[in-house]
Amino acid sequence: MSTATIALNNARIERSSRHTATIYLKEAKYEFLKNLRLRMYTASVLSFPIMFYVLFGLVLNSKEAIGGTSVPTYLIATYGTFGVMGASLFGTAAGLASDRGLGWLQVKRASPMPPFAYFAAKVITSMVFSTIIVLALFTLGITLGGVRMPFADFAHLLGTLVAGSLPFSTMGLALGYFTGPNSAPPTINLIYLPMSFCSGLWVPFMFLPKVVRQIALVLPPYHLSQLALGVVGAGAHQSNATHWEVLGAFAMICLGVARIGFQRDQDKMYG
Amino acid sequence: MTATMEKGQNAGVVRPESIVASLEAVNKNYGHVRALRGVDFRVRSGEIVALLGPNGAGKTTAVKLLLGLMPPNAGRVRVFGGDPTNPENRMRTGAMLQVGRVPETLRVREHIDLFSTYYPRPMSSTEILAAAGLEKLSDRKFGELSGGQKQRVLFALAICGDPDLLFLDEPTVGLDVEARRLLWDQIRELVSRGKTVLLTTHYLQEADALADRVAVINQGEIIAQGTPAEIKAQTSGKRIRCITSLSISNLRQIPGVTEVKEDREAVEIHAREAEPVVRELLARDATLSGLEITSAGLEEAFLALTQDSARNGNHSN
Repeated sequence: MSTATIALNNARIERSSRHTATIYLKEAKYEFLKNLRLRMYTASVLSFPIMFYVLFGLVLNSKEAIGGTSVPTYLIATYGTFGVMGASLFGTAAGLASDRGLGWLQVKRASPMPPFAYFAAKVITSMVFSTIIVLALFTLGITLGGVRMPFADFAHLLGTLVAGSLPFSTMGLALGYFTGPNSAPPTINLIYLPMSFCSGLWVPFMFLPKVVRQIALVLPPYHLSQLALGVVGAGAHQSNATHWEVLGAFAMICLGVARIGFQRDQDKMYG
Repeated sequence: MTATMEKGQNAGVVRPESIVASLEAVNKNYGHVRALRGVDFRVRSGEIVALLGPNGAGKTTAVKLLLGLMPPNAGRVRVFGGDPTNPENRMRTGAMLQVGRVPETLRVREHIDLFSTYYPRPMSSTEILAAAGLEKLSDRKFGELSGGQKQRVLFALAICGDPDLLFLDEPTVGLDVEARRLLWDQIRELVSRGKTVLLTTHYLQEADALADRVAVINQGEIIAQGTPAEIKAQTSGKRIRCITSLSISNLRQIPGVTEVKEDREAVEIHAREAEPVVRELLARDATLSGLEITSAGLEEAFLALTQDSARNGNHSN
């Protein structure tokens, strides 16, 4: 191949990678706008963790402390985990199940959209909503709950929680492939709500019955909440590496399941 | 269905004969259901081809195979001489599919903006909105649109990349007459710009109004192919309805009449061709009134075609 051809090819590749980046950005932008305008999504995903936090962290127990950490601070970590988990599960599973079941995904697949852009948009959107939820809890905690931490700790907590949205996004993808447009939301709730309770996101972990605390050890939100609580000085005594490993392994399993669903769909009967 | 001469068809129009999409001896099964059986079908550059058939005939399956949304069980699917899943082919094709739910909270222009980004050389948003008749609706959310307007948005998404080949799966289903005609005009406009169109429909009238060539599909098999005029000639002719003083037996004697039925105050006459029969009717009965001529319904056309193909024991044209 002559050098001229190589240069030409390179130029083309460069242009197309910029084009690809634009596609990923727009896909994510419109996924975000779509969910932001979806009252079903914002009402449940954004308002529940914030409402719970206001009620249990600011109105009822704001002067109390759990093991040396003030309740408003402690609950930022747990309701933060709860919010991140909801945003990520609903953000991926509900949309995917509906797009798959009602034909929209096929229109997208028939277009020249890079297939990965579709999934990336859902994952990124979940992270953006997770950020919004955590920042809202920070704002409420600081202004109304007297939460005080070094800036670095706030940043650390935010980073931890937002990174923690990834395993739940992968779980959402797996769920989205094995539920239908109507069954997705109730299925998500069926998993999300009991899992939140058992992981100590509503009732502080040490107040849970022993059997529930043992179940929690295999639940991903438990591990994320422990990482978050670790930042505010209220974690249990496992090492952070263990928590991250559990979350990582869980994400891998979910990706594997999602991959099976993706493969199955490629050859599935449609209408 | 009123018989109209929408288009002066010319069977032997000279067009570039390059084949842009084809199904070759394709079988597709869904479990035990054989959706397509030995289908051979070609789309040539610059033509509008209609795949005509009742619901469940395999039209949508054929389109999905050509779009590379699923593989055939046997046979070969080619688009632009290559595999339909090839990303470069997808940049040259557009598709309008039947969709249960499109994201409803995005605005028309936002949907178009996103899909335009997928293509290397999209039309401008102004052109797209104009071509799909959506200028006044660009700020509406998809969920706020009527059925016909929603179809137009899907049409806009199909054409936004300025594709060479367009697949339209039942583009006018559920549209009222006016919306249907509008979409027909838009499809004709595309072909006048050199695009190739494959559309599926269960309206004989639609295939007649738009297509250069029609393939009739029934129960997964192509049972007839040809120009709309050729297809119509194979179907069961015309239905003439009128109020007349002539007796049934008198009517049966008119040459070309295949069947006569009483229908409330009027009679319904079936004939291969309407004109000679009508001429004879008017000559015999000066008081004749309420004259209506309609094409045979598609159901009857299918019946005729399927019976023919069964009799000949030959399923290809």
